[in-house]
Amino acid sequence: MIAEIYITLKSGILDPQGKTVHHALENLGLENIEEVRMGKLIRLDFGSVSKEKALELGDEACKKLLANPVIEDYEIQIQSAGK
Amino acid sequence: MKCGVIIFPGSNCDHDCYHVLKHVFNQNVEFIWHKEADLKGFDIIVLPGGFSYGDYLRTGAIARFSPVMNAVIDFANNGGLVLGICNGFQILCEAGLLPGALMRNQSLRFVCKFVNLRVENHDSAFTNDCTENEVLNIPVAHAEGLYYTDRETLDRLNKNNQVLFRYCSNSGELTDEANPNGSLENIAGIMNAEGNVMGMMPHPDRSYEELLTSADGAKIFQSVLNMVQSN
Repeated sequence: MIAEIYITLKSGILDPQGKTVHHALENLGLENIEEVRMGKLIRLDFGSVSKEKALELGDEACKKLLANPVIEDYEIQIQSAGK
Repeated sequence: MKCGVIIFPGSNCDHDCYHVLKHVFNQNVEFIWHKEADLKGFDIIVLPGGFSYGDYLRTGAIARFSPVMNAVIDFANNGGLVLGICNGFQILCEAGLLPGALMRNQSLRFVCKFVNLRVENHDSAFTNDCTENEVLNIPVAHAEGLYYTDRETLDRLNKNNQVLFRYCSNSGELTDEANPNGSLENIAGIMNAEGNVMGMMPHPDRSYEELLTSADGAKIFQSVLNMVQSN
């Protein structure tokens, strides 16, 4: 099982990187974008564990290291390997 | 008195800190490799600036799990004086020894220049050699120095006089122009509630004698030494 972990800045926290990319997109003529927020994607391959176990391990990894709760939120999506 | 300067893989201000303590203040100093697990016999521990573990994941996030950090946490919990400069500040926040986090500068640029700091609390282990609201000229050099924390923690820091330095103008005013990175309320340095762990983004280790443009940074080291000598 693969846990895909999306880490984003908490809502309300200024994201200057997202803002800069937003401006760049507008300069390219891409309008109608209300906001751009940047984040990270981390893929953890747990091999042949159950979906529940992968979710549990992914959550533990986020809590212990991958996300900083002061500034970041995270979301985990579980996928079967080989997809 | 014995001072220790921790070296993480990627630290690059370790020799500056060692030099100040050893050759400017004539103290007994030792380098401490990040794999050490024991800090017995030390009075002061410095976490220097740099790019520990290449700033991978988040600044300080990996260094926080170096074996020596458990010893630093024990040392701090027993009242030992801990000074985190720049990357050292980031590591102390990641380790939970200081509240909050350091984020990417608002400008998205690496900022390397002299800034002015207003001493907000001159009655601490780290600022007792300063005068009330003294303005210090000390350089910053970082890309991730925007201090952030939630409102509740910020209120607590202010209430307990844990904010030690704020970025200010020449005359000591707290302005947006004087804030090099977008830090909340111009915060440049804080200490923990117990008053024995301090983190600051500016580099006193790069401004300890007039030859370096400013000797104001020496006051931070002098304060810490005063504190140990008075105990």
